[in-house]
Amino acid sequence: MKHLLSAADLSRTQAVRILDTAGQMAATQAREIKKLPTLRGRTVVNLFFEDSTRTRISFETAAKRLSADVINFSAKGSSVSKGESLKDTALTLQAMGADAVVIRHHASGAPHTLAHSGWTHGAVVNAGDGMHQHPTQALLDAYTLRRHLTGPGDASGRDLAGLRVAIVGDVLHSRVARSNVQLLHTLGADVTLVAPPTLVPVGVDAWPAEVSYDLDATIETKPDAIMMLRVQRERMSSAGGGFFPSPLEYTRGYGLDARRLAAMPEHAIVLHPGPMNRGLEISADAADSPRAVIVEQVANGVAVRMAVLYLLLAGSPASGATTDTNETKVDA
Amino acid sequence: MSLAKYLLKDVAPYGGARTTVLLADGVIAAMGPDVSDDDATVVDGRGLVLLPGLVDLHTHLREPGREDAETIRTGTRAAAMGGFTAVHAMANTTPTQDTAGVVEQVWRLGREAGWVDVHPIGAVTVGLEGERLAELGAMADSQAQVRVFSDDGKCVHDPVLMRRALEYVKAFDGVVAQHAQEPRLTENAQMHEGVVSAELGLAGWPAVAEEAIIARDVLLAEHVGSRLHVCHLSTAGSVEIIRWAKSRGIDVTAEVTPHHLILTDELARGYDPTFKVNPPLRTQRDVEAVRAGLADGTIDIVATDHAPHTREDKDCEWAAAAFGMTGLETALSVVQETMVDTGRLTWADVARVLSETPAKIGRVNDHGRPIAVGEPANLVLVDPDVRRVVNPDEQATKSGNSPFRGRELSGCVVATFLRGRATVLGGASCDEDVVVAR
Amino acid sequence: MSSALPDAAQPDEAQPADATVVLGGPEISRALTRIAHEILERNKGGADVVLLGIPTRGLPLARRLAAKLASVEPALDEADLVGSLDVTMYRDDLAHHPTRTIGSTDLPGDGLDGKVVVLVDDVLFSGRTIRAALDAISDLGRPRAVQLAALVDRGHRELPIRADFVGKNLPTSTHERVRVLLEETDGRDAVLIEGGSR
Repeated sequence: MKHLLSAADLSRTQAVRILDTAGQMAATQAREIKKLPTLRGRTVVNLFFEDSTRTRISFETAAKRLSADVINFSAKGSSVSKGESLKDTALTLQAMGADAVVIRHHASGAPHTLAHSGWTHGAVVNAGDGMHQHPTQALLDAYTLRRHLTGPGDASGRDLAGLRVAIVGDVLHSRVARSNVQLLHTLGADVTLVAPPTLVPVGVDAWPAEVSYDLDATIETKPDAIMMLRVQRERMSSAGGGFFPSPLEYTRGYGLDARRLAAMPEHAIVLHPGPMNRGLEISADAADSPRAVIVEQVANGVAVRMAVLYLLLAGSPASGATTDTNETKVDA
Repeated sequence: MSLAKYLLKDVAPYGGARTTVLLADGVIAAMGPDVSDDDATVVDGRGLVLLPGLVDLHTHLREPGREDAETIRTGTRAAAMGGFTAVHAMANTTPTQDTAGVVEQVWRLGREAGWVDVHPIGAVTVGLEGERLAELGAMADSQAQVRVFSDDGKCVHDPVLMRRALEYVKAFDGVVAQHAQEPRLTENAQMHEGVVSAELGLAGWPAVAEEAIIARDVLLAEHVGSRLHVCHLSTAGSVEIIRWAKSRGIDVTAEVTPHHLILTDELARGYDPTFKVNPPLRTQRDVEAVRAGLADGTIDIVATDHAPHTREDKDCEWAAAAFGMTGLETALSVVQETMVDTGRLTWADVARVLSETPAKIGRVNDHGRPIAVGEPANLVLVDPDVRRVVNPDEQATKSGNSPFRGRELSGCVVATFLRGRATVLGGASCDEDVVVAR
Repeated sequence: MSSALPDAAQPDEAQPADATVVLGGPEISRALTRIAHEILERNKGGADVVLLGIPTRGLPLARRLAAKLASVEPALDEADLVGSLDVTMYRDDLAHHPTRTIGSTDLPGDGLDGKVVVLVDDVLFSGRTIRAALDAISDLGRPRAVQLAALVDRGHRELPIRADFVGKNLPTSTHERVRVLLEETDGRDAVLIEGGSR
């Protein structure tokens, strides 16, 4: 695995491997000494063209816990806001010796362009590109689902076969939705997308997911998990595209409140990629209920990102295949 | 300095019976199997097809304003290499071609370069802003004798303004060429709206945004009794609307670009902005429909929409890249590959769609003429049997944004003649001194 | 690592033509019994002893040793005696090999503080794995002492590291490969040398 650009690029085996590795990383994060020397001497650059303190801090923490050096580059107040192109920014960072570039960008496909351009030589990790993909978010969501819903004990080796997940909200503009639909499908789960018709893309019929306009009907089918997507208030206004008449009507139709939460099966959990609009797509009751794993998602995010950085950076550059520790040791 | 004579031996006009053609004094001086002239330069025409010089109704020469991407000199040289003898230069320059002064400047620069006849297109609205009509009459009266008016790049979306423009140009036998794109439905659109755009997370440009404007415009044209031209038609639905309009007797003509005859939106998958264009590449179903439309005459002509861009404007992430592809030097090959080699068009049809009808729409009366004695010698000689790999770095156009880089295509231009003077000979463009000398 | 162990190798595949068996099942068992007694002797009993097996094959060896310790001193609880220590993330040679799968680190309930940790591995060679293990241990707790038990010591140390308890000393050339097969992982017990001319 040279880059992580899209959930669509991950096979079932690769995805399970990332989740298993994340499990091992999570175990180390439960210790008193959370730091590991594994990526010592490597440099990870956080190239964030879009504001995102949470995701950036998550990647930064992941890199530092593996002893990598971290360089943070954010667009505001930098040469980029003065018109420097992605290309020139990338060339500058390469000159500083980046082993990996974690990039968040407002243009769909920017990480893909960066990875295939030859401007940088390191691994490229997509931390969110426009409306396209957010693969580490989908991975941490899958990790969270696996921990809670696939039975007791060590979850290593397990996928999500047979699980039923509802994803609710602005699917049209959501990279989290796109990544999750693909990854959940790869891991064997069944996905139902729930949204008003204006927030579902033309072409969704080709996706491996059902589409429903009725949240209550979907909840009646007893899904194992419900993932609430953030809805931007700006989209309600005509300047924002007028996708929805009013926040109140949205919440009435598609918001997760205590009543809907109570209608979910007992074992079902609630996820949200954050940041939440409390009172819009999710009520305070639902967000703070014991069934909401939103805070845990954040912690899992660090472990998953540690796993991704490890798998991309730790091995020899030419590696695509992997070895298990039980392969014949060359030196012991 | 008197003009050289050319003896085109054993050529096949319109791909038909072989004959020999003598060009002298700017006209076709003689035609027949036994024609000869000892003073003439002989061109061996065996295996070659002779067509009237191609006429492009839709080209962007970028000068004035974006000479970093193309100049009138480099663009028209590229046109000659592609077999064209006349091109219509779109108005979205800086300053805009919306006054007699600017169109005359472009016309004059074209004449000075001497590679093809440049017919500037006049903007419909001042500055292409879509608010008020430009001085269409002044442009029509100018030395440039503008007959085609277009805000191409942008749509004349205000229905009242479009109506006025359609009515106004009747006074001088002009035609409005509409870039059909409902702006509100395509705000920040990046590629065709469909399965691919949904997956790639790129804002979609729905087919209906093109079709709705065309539907409105053909009805307007019918109502006010004007002729209308539709630029770069790209969807199956648009073809059907034009077919319906013509069946009602509406005086509408339509063009399709070479790239819409062969490329689809699947090419966006690598996020390579070489394939970013307006209107966007559509689905295979749309490609089939426009080919059928071109074959049955619903679509009247092929026009290149040659849109050169500098490397900076394409060497970046998709959303930041400019829209457009070059096409002057590959147009004929693409038409041959998709339509002639597949048996859907004859070479006579190619002459019709790439020369005769564009000249007619543009009211250009010395191009697109029949190949007959006495006619102006605006001709192109094509070798249909050669296959060549497209290499934009070797093209005459200044810009490298061709979507056919590395692709093998049929046919190539062997010679182009502008009023009996060779602008291209032996597949290579002729020395500029020779070209300019009159 | 608690993920699925690989399928037990077929006996035929496990011994290529140029492999020599230097230890068979009974010899391995005797060696482990001796090591178990040596551990008890050296540490004056098994209280405070923690056997940390280094995956993959160090772990079943550690478990066997724990069983033997418990059979000699019934007061000992086998479960408290054994743990696994994955050293992948502390290795200094990660960049030279394809990406390795990370194994589990499971410590017995009391942790490592104040204990005598006996690292258990199948083959001691350059010593780098043990160096990584020492780094890992220092992040996990503060044992009173760290000792090393290896089934096979094949020489060629690159670091100043020595085993406290050795099953068999096996002089080898660097061209040769030493392979340990265990019932738990490979379907049978054997120590093989491959690639040499023995």
